[in-house]
Amino acid sequence: MSLLSVANLTLKAGARTLVDNVSFSVAAGETLAIVGESGSGKTLSALSVLDLLPPGVTRAGGVVMLDNINVATANRAQIHEIRGGTAGIIFQEPLSSLNPLQRVGKQVAEAMTLHGKFSKTSLRDKVKSLLAEVGLPDADRIADSYPHLLSGGQRQRIMIAIALANDPKLLIADEPTTALDVTLEKQILDLIAAAQKARGLGVLLITHNLSLVRRYAQRVLVLDAGNPIESNTTDQIFANPTQPQTKRLLAARNMAPPPDVPNAPVILTAQNLIVKFPVLRGALRRKVGEVAAVDDVSFSLHAGETLGLVGESGSGKSTIGLALLRLINFQGNVSLGGVNLATLPKSKLRAMRAQIQIVFQDPYGSLAPRLTIEDIIAEGLTIHQPGLNAAQRREKVAATLNDVGLPADSLNRYPHEFSGGQRQRIAIARALILEPKILVLDEPTSALDVTVQAEILALLRSLQARHNIAYLFISHDLRVIRALAHRVIVLKSGKIVELAAASSVFNNPAAAYTKTLLAASGLQ
Amino acid sequence: MRLSPLWQRRLAVFAAHRRGRASLAIFAVVFVVSMAANFIANDKPLLLDYQGRFYVPAVQFIPETTFGTQFLPTEADFTNPTIKAVINAHGWALWPPIPYSYDTIVWDAGPVAPSPPSWRNWLGTDEVSRDVLARVIYGLRLSILFGFGLTIVASAVGIIAGAVQGFYGGLTDLLFQRFIEIWSGMPQLFLLIILASIIAPSFWVLLLFLLLFSWMSLTGVVRAEFLRARNLDYVRAAKALGVPDWRIMLRHMLPNAMIATLTFLPFILSDSVTVLASLDFLGFGMPPGSPSLGELVAEAKNNLQAPWLAFTAFATLGGVLILLIFIGEAVRDAFDPRKTQ
Repeated sequence: MSLLSVANLTLKAGARTLVDNVSFSVAAGETLAIVGESGSGKTLSALSVLDLLPPGVTRAGGVVMLDNINVATANRAQIHEIRGGTAGIIFQEPLSSLNPLQRVGKQVAEAMTLHGKFSKTSLRDKVKSLLAEVGLPDADRIADSYPHLLSGGQRQRIMIAIALANDPKLLIADEPTTALDVTLEKQILDLIAAAQKARGLGVLLITHNLSLVRRYAQRVLVLDAGNPIESNTTDQIFANPTQPQTKRLLAARNMAPPPDVPNAPVILTAQNLIVKFPVLRGALRRKVGEVAAVDDVSFSLHAGETLGLVGESGSGKSTIGLALLRLINFQGNVSLGGVNLATLPKSKLRAMRAQIQIVFQDPYGSLAPRLTIEDIIAEGLTIHQPGLNAAQRREKVAATLNDVGLPADSLNRYPHEFSGGQRQRIAIARALILEPKILVLDEPTSALDVTVQAEILALLRSLQARHNIAYLFISHDLRVIRALAHRVIVLKSGKIVELAAASSVFNNPAAAYTKTLLAASGLQ
Repeated sequence: MRLSPLWQRRLAVFAAHRRGRASLAIFAVVFVVSMAANFIANDKPLLLDYQGRFYVPAVQFIPETTFGTQFLPTEADFTNPTIKAVINAHGWALWPPIPYSYDTIVWDAGPVAPSPPSWRNWLGTDEVSRDVLARVIYGLRLSILFGFGLTIVASAVGIIAGAVQGFYGGLTDLLFQRFIEIWSGMPQLFLLIILASIIAPSFWVLLLFLLLFSWMSLTGVVRAEFLRARNLDYVRAAKALGVPDWRIMLRHMLPNAMIATLTFLPFILSDSVTVLASLDFLGFGMPPGSPSLGELVAEAKNNLQAPWLAFTAFATLGGVLILLIFIGEAVRDAFDPRKTQ
């Protein structure tokens, strides 16, 4: 008898079927991964185990048996026992899962007292031992801290402590590491795996990240638009996927490295880039010091090549991108076609801007919500080619839309009518219409689903081949970098740790930090 | 132009708001009637047929000499019995429904002024024996025009000030904020009293003077909206494209700030009407003799034995303010994203 068994679960919101006839089971000590793109119903399937469905979503059919209790027919007391007692849950965003106004120690203790299994006197010790178990050795200080004082990784450890507080039999981890860096991701999942081993937990891991599945799950269930596609052991799924949706998911994570660009001329050199942010203290916000977000970074970019820029959050990689475009102040020299952008007066800088463009991470925030697609894409033309008349502009916009694979009838629509991947194509079109020599891509795929990610990467590759554009590709995702970059810069705390050809970085990393990153992302 | 679904939803919420919709309809009627004051209440005929020629005295200058050589070349006084008789002898005149302008003195209204409502003066006359209804219609026109004028100019200045502060931030924002704090601490009423003792306030002087202090109402909201938007990626992308600052503010950021602005507009409008009425009431407003609602309130206070004055003043001023507030509430609800139909 397995710990959790879900049979023929169907969830509906009104007339719409969100989850259709899904069945899965988790045995004690086993990890089942549910994978799928956003909107595939993986989170809803997991929430139905705890009877935590959002309002408006109803269970239209199916049986959920958790530890021999039928969740559908359980009374309130039994449901309370299940939530946090039999099953603990970890959510994606630890900051919004913790109460910002209470010390975290109290929040862990509260989880225990709710189920009444511990006397008050032993509570403090129990909290401390829990915190130690989740890898927070300085338990006294941590327990007295408020959530905002902790780092993202520490917060997620607190969430795990809360989930483990009542010795659950099942742990539901809903995208537990999506908000975290790769190295933290590995630590958190290792921690869950260790707890699972020590306590014989069943783990339900919900994720879109297939490399995590491969390392941590024994069995996999693939969902697509609410339908169960394929369910098998992890090894089988990765070795012999039978369904096209699964194949697409797997193919999306394994893109071949790009073809070489031999003997390309250097078009941009950055020398000794330094970006400093002031540290302000006190009521008068006096400047008490500076932190260098980018600390003496030099590199060059060849025509038509992709330079990957990798690092964890806070390593200064986005800051370098903004500095190249002179969107923030910096020290050092950036030479583009023999012109030093750093010292160029503003009036001349405007003309140079057509040559270097940027695409941002968030496809929702990077398009002005109240302009039509035509207005958005044509904006650069009105600045840099004012001689064009309306008909010529429209023709160019339509050609660029076609170039990025969007239908021509998009012209008069608004950004909110498009999906994340389509919006990112619009953002690329806006940059592309000026025929730039260099495109700075600031995590352009990290807000997208894996398959959409693969489509955008394929688009970027074909655009590079057709127009011979150089990319500065900023990402924390080594897999994406490998699919696109010819050379790679590894950045840590604003300093270059390693700068080498992509093949040597991935196959033969020189720096210890690069090895850590590669190991954490499961590439080595 | 196709409206976005958001605007369609807002219009639907506004249309479903019965009180707001009715208020808007009534206000529209009041607005149209008061704008046409010249043709509804005037002491000159709308159309005149004199010896086979047509004249439009309501908009035309017609010298008295037109009606005979014994008259003077000044503008014809159509209330003059002699002129009336000459016109009736050689043609006809079409009079507006209320044959008095705001400054027409009704000589035969009654033994004492103010005289009570009658068939000829529907709302009675005031203490100078002028028709109250005519004065209300002209007074509404003046109040509404003044209100709109002040609102539009003050909002434009306020939006520009807020936009500049929010967009540039930093030291610009800091200095501007301190300036606003000092400026909003100025005693507006005392300055106005001092001003009234130096020059005679007119429509434009008052508008300009009130503008000095009323532009700040929108600055805060617009500044906050711009401060939020300046770090959004689409603003950065526009900067990277080399779009000039003013164009970024106008095309990319201002549309977001317009929601807050539109929500505030009816309330600012009703504030402006109130300010003008209270200044007129105190005697620091429009020059004496102007048709103003505030002056009507003052007359009502001086002539408590003539309650039709107080009643008219209260109903007119209160009615306009209530209509504006109701419209404002409906607009606010329409822009509230949490509000459902």
